[in-house]
Parts: sequence; C-alpha cells; structure tokens
Amino acid sequence: MDAPPPLLQIEGLTRTYGRRIGCKDVSFSLWPGEILGVVGESGSGKSTLLNCLSAKLEPTAGRVLYTDRHGRAIDVWAASEPERRMLMRTDWGIVHQNPRDGLRMGVSAGANIGERLMAVGERHYGGIRREAETWMRRVEMDLDRIDDAPFTFSGGMQQRLQIARNLVSKPRLVFMDEPTGGLDVSVQARLLDLLRGLVTDLGLSAVIVTHDLAVTRLLAHRMIVMRRGEVVEAGLTDQVLDDPQHPYTQLLVSSILHP
Amino acid sequence: MPHPMLVVEDLEKTFTLHTQGGTVLPVLRQVTLAVAGGECVALHGPSGAGKSSLLRCLYGNYLPQAGRILVAHDGRMVDVVAATPHTILDIRRRTMGHVSQFLRAIPRVPAIDIVAEPLRAVGVAAAPARERAAALLTRLHIPERMWQLAPATFSGGEQQRVNIARGFALDFPILLLDEPTAALDAGNRQVVVDLILEARRRGVAIVGIFHDREVREAAADRAFEMAAYAAAA
Repeated sequence: MDAPPPLLQIEGLTRTYGRRIGCKDVSFSLWPGEILGVVGESGSGKSTLLNCLSAKLEPTAGRVLYTDRHGRAIDVWAASEPERRMLMRTDWGIVHQNPRDGLRMGVSAGANIGERLMAVGERHYGGIRREAETWMRRVEMDLDRIDDAPFTFSGGMQQRLQIARNLVSKPRLVFMDEPTGGLDVSVQARLLDLLRGLVTDLGLSAVIVTHDLAVTRLLAHRMIVMRRGEVVEAGLTDQVLDDPQHPYTQLLVSSILHP
Repeated sequence: MPHPMLVVEDLEKTFTLHTQGGTVLPVLRQVTLAVAGGECVALHGPSGAGKSSLLRCLYGNYLPQAGRILVAHDGRMVDVVAATPHTILDIRRRTMGHVSQFLRAIPRVPAIDIVAEPLRAVGVAAAPARERAAALLTRLHIPERMWQLAPATFSGGEQQRVNIARGFALDFPILLLDEPTAALDAGNRQVVVDLILEARRRGVAIVGIFHDREVREAAADRAFEMAAYAAAA
C-alpha cells in the first residue's frame, strides 16, 4: 500500500504569552480525509493552537508542516508571508465561531461566496453567480436571499453562509473554531448534519475546536484533549469518549449526559 | 488451527475511575483466544463477565492495559493494542466490521445511506452501494417506504436490523457481533443466522455475543467461556 503522507504534521508546537503558556509541545499528524477534534475547557489553549496551525499566530517553538497538492512539504512558519497568504486562499478554509469574523456583513450573500472564487482567479460573472447559487443550495439557504446582506440573516444562516464561502474554493483543509457555538440546539443539529455530509462528500480534512463532545463524536475520527495548554490525551474519538484514561478526560466525559 | 484471522494473547483490561476515588475495576485477565477464517466463536458467560468489554477491546473501542490483539490486515498480523488510531481506522474501514447492540442514529441521514456508508467508505460508487444496501434491507424486512427515512424514529427492532444490514454491507474478513438478535422476532432472527452462516462459508472470522440460545447454537461452532478470564470475580 502506498499510503499518502500526512496532510498536516505538527511537531512540538508551543506558544507562550510572556511567561504564560498558550499551548505547549503539541504534536500530531492529520491524514487526508480525516477530521480531528480538539476539546478542552475555556482557556485550555485550543484557540491558541488553532491560530498557530492556521497561520494566524506565530508559534514560539515547533513546526507546522503542510503537504500541498503537488506533494511538496511546506514548513508553514518558515515560508514567506505571500506563500502563507496563498495557502490560506487556495488550500485552506477557516470557519470562525462568530460569523462576523468570517463574513463581510455589508455585501450580499452571493458576493460573499463569489469573492472567494475571484480570489483564486475566477473572472466569469455568470459562472461565479451559478457557483454561488449551487453553494447556497448546498448549505440549504433560500436562493431568494442571495442578494441580501448577511446582517439581515439569523445566526444559523450566517454560519451556513460562512461555510459556503469557505468551501466554494474547494479547500483541502478546513479549520473550524466552535462552528456550532452560540446557536440554539435545533439549528446546531442541522448545521452538524450539513457539515458531516459535506466533509464526507468532499473528502475534506478538518481540525475542529470545540468544547462540545457530541460535536466531536459526530464529526471527528480522532481527538485530542487539552488542559492548561497541554495535550493530556489523544486517540480514536470513540475510544477516548468510551474509555477515557486521563482523570481530566474522565471528568469531562462524566460531566455530560450523552456524549 | 488453519489461518487464524484474529489472535488474542494475554489480554488485560482494567478500568481506573479517577473521578470516583481512583477505584480500580479489573475486567479481563489474561484472555487468550484464536479465531480462524470461517469460524464463529460465541462469547459466553454471565452478565458482568466481560463479554462486551472484550468485544470492544477487539474493535479498538476500549484500550487494554496489556496483551496483544493480532488482526490479519493487508496480509500481515497487526496488533490493535499497539496500533496508531490512523491504522485502527484503516482496519475498521477494510478488515473488521462491528455490529453494536444499538444503532447510533445519525440525524437526518436516510436508513439506506447508513447501510451503504461502509461501502462508500472504501470507494464503491453510489449506485451499486445503494443496490447492495437495498438488497440487505429487503432481506431484513425493512419496507421500502422506510429506506429514505432517518432511523431515529424507527422501533428498536427496526433500528437493529438497519444496524445489521450496515454490518453486513461490506464483506469484512472479520466481524464482531454484539447481541445482533436481541430485539428481533423469530423470522428476522433466522435471517441473521443465515447471514452469519453465509459469511462463515465465505471464510469470515466471527466473534459474537448471542443471548438467544437457538441463535447461538445455529450460528456459532464453539463457545468461549469468559468465566475463567473474568478478573472481577
């Protein structure tokens, strides 16, 4: 078997804020088509880790290696700023917890989706419009809202639009920060089903940061548990949730009704 | 024994409950077992003897403290206990199927797609995967009008049959069955027995828990007594 190389290899990633630890000595690999869940309570270093991975926050130590479409390994933080920007535009997507951070609230839904296509070189207006419509449908939004601006949408619709905006340019790797946070339960369930279908259909790889173990159970193949900036447990999602080893993971799992 | 597909050596499983004063619960002690292709081994013993725990260890769902679980995967024996999650996912995708006691219903996914999923995961095209799923659902008496519905609202027996269809959709070389007939009527129990016997004729190695004696006697060719290995006693 000619196993493909990992898409992402994280080695000893550390980020400190002065003397305070953001995340410390985090290592893992992510293979094509795999979803990794990162769980832990607030302040455990999940978001710091995600920001270092997604090229938004420079780590204090360690490496982030990304294998591009041509099989080339790129040391993300040793690469030039333009190279990093190119990766973010062509290969990666980032879904923020707050849609306001990922959308342009003043321009239409269609433009929010189309913009990403133009950023990767698409110029034909008709084609962009059609693609925007296709993605509106895929994320289950009414086509007659395509010319409305996101500030007129509900939180759930904004989040679905953000997902469409991210996936339209066919990224290989998507980073998600609490993608269902702040949504009410029925809207959450719908969004999760949608995400689950999309990542399977598109063969996406993703790193999903969440404090919700049910989200992890549904979406992630593997998970890591963080506490005070360090990884305390890592493994298959169902193994970590059904047979947690570390006292902190046991506490997390026993604190909820149905993980 | 010819071609053991699954070999368990000196398996130990203990739970340490850190949130409950560090209580230590020993469950399995030095379990040793080999299953050949075409064999169906029934785990036998009273409730609490560790039958489900052993099955879960085999699938990589529980993490044993010691011992080995060797699985014939890609022409060699791979130790599930020592394997990386990435390797276990690959073993689950291509080599080892598992029918759990209850279907973990995924919201909004139609029954037929839940059944077809293991085929899709190894690259079978949508149409033939659905065809195979439809054939299994028909055999297990799930009416066609229910195929497009998500099983969350199905009865216990219907959910279990969807789960069984999913477990048998792909011809896994190794199958783990956790009480596959618990909620089924006589007719459907017989279908499951037939599915097991057909799998055995294909050379599939099966480990199962069957509370129903008739099913056990019809499907399995030997029992594995857990009592000798239960550490809790």
